Amino acid sequence: MIIRIMEEGQFEVEEDALPRLNELDTKLTQGVESGDEVAFAAGLEMLLTEVRTGTRLPDDYLGASDLVLPPVDSTLEEVRALLGDEGLVPG
Amino acid sequence: MGLMQRLSLIFKSKASRALDSAEDPRETLDYSYERQLDMLQQMRRGVADVATSRKRLELQAQGLQRSAAKLEQQAKQALDQNREDLAREALSRRAGVMTQLAELQVQHDQLKGEENRLVDASRRLEAKVQAFRTRKETIKASYSAAEAETKVGEALSGISEEMGDVGLAMERAEDKVASMQARSGALDELMASGALEDLSASSDPLQAELDRTSGTSQVDAELARLRGELDSGDPPAALEAPEEKR
Repeated sequence: MIIRIMEEGQFEVEEDALPRLNELDTKLTQGVESGDEVAFAAGLEMLLTEVRTGTRLPDDYLGASDLVLPPVDSTLEEVRALLGDEGLVPG
Repeated sequence: MGLMQRLSLIFKSKASRALDSAEDPRETLDYSYERQLDMLQQMRRGVADVATSRKRLELQAQGLQRSAAKLEQQAKQALDQNREDLAREALSRRAGVMTQLAELQVQHDQLKGEENRLVDASRRLEAKVQAFRTRKETIKASYSAAEAETKVGEALSGISEEMGDVGLAMERAEDKVASMQARSGALDELMASGALEDLSASSDPLQAELDRTSGTSQVDAELARLRGELDSGDPPAALEAPEEKR
C-alpha cells in the first residue's frame, strides 16, 4: 500500500499497519473537525512517523498513492483548504 | 471518512476529470505534459523570487548591523566626553535596531526554509516529469485508445499528486514572501524616517551636539598640549621624529 506525505514523498507501507494508521487517522480527523490545533498537530506527527517506517519510493516512481497525508507542518486552516479542494490541488 | 482517504479521493477525482475531458485519453497525456512543463517553469521562477526576497532581507540586516556598530561607537564617544545623556540616547536606538535585527533573522530563516522546500519539490517534480515523458511515449506507441485509458489514468494520478505538492509549496512560499515584503517595506520606511539610523546623519541634532562637544574638547586638548610645550621649552613633537632615525 502506498501512502504519500505531501511535500515529502511516497512510502510503501505494509498492509498490516493499516488498522493502526486508521486509528491515528480517526483521531486526526476529529482534531480537524473540532478545530483543536494542538491535538491536530500531535496526531499528524504520530501518523506521519508511523508512515515513515515504510519504505520510501524513488522520486521518479509514477504510480498513484492509495492514501494521502498533508505535510508535517500543516496548519488546520491549510488542511481545510486542501479538503475544500479548490486551488491547492491542480489537476 | 478519514483524512487520508479524503485527500487521496480529491487527487483521484481531479485526475479522472482530466481524463474525461478528452475524447482520446492519449490527448490528455500531451496536455498534462505541457502543464507539467509550465509548472516546472513557475517553480523555478518561484525559487528565484524567494531567493531575491531572502537577499533583500540580508541587505537590510547588514544595514542594521552597521547602524548598531556605529551607535555603539557613538555611545562610547559620548561617554568619553562625559555625555551620559547622549550615550543613553545612542544605546536606546541601538536596542531598537537589535530588536529589528532579531525579527529579521527569524523571517530570514523562515524564508530560507521555504526556499529549500521549493528546491526539493522541484527536484521531485522534475524526476517525475522525466518518468512521465517516457511513460507517455510508451503508452502512446503500444496501446489503442481503449486500452490506454487505464494506463493513462494511473500516470495522471501519479503526476497530479506531485503537482498538488508543488502547488501547495508554491502557495506557502508566496504567503511567506508577501508577509516578508510588507515587513521589509515597513522597515525601509522606519530607516528612512531616521528612527533606526545611527546618530551620524547630518540632520541629527544629537550628532551635532556630539560633534560640537567633541570639537570643543579637541580644541581644549590642543590648547593644553601647546601650553605644555611652551612651558617645558621642548620643540614640537612632530620635529623629533626625523632626528630619531639617525
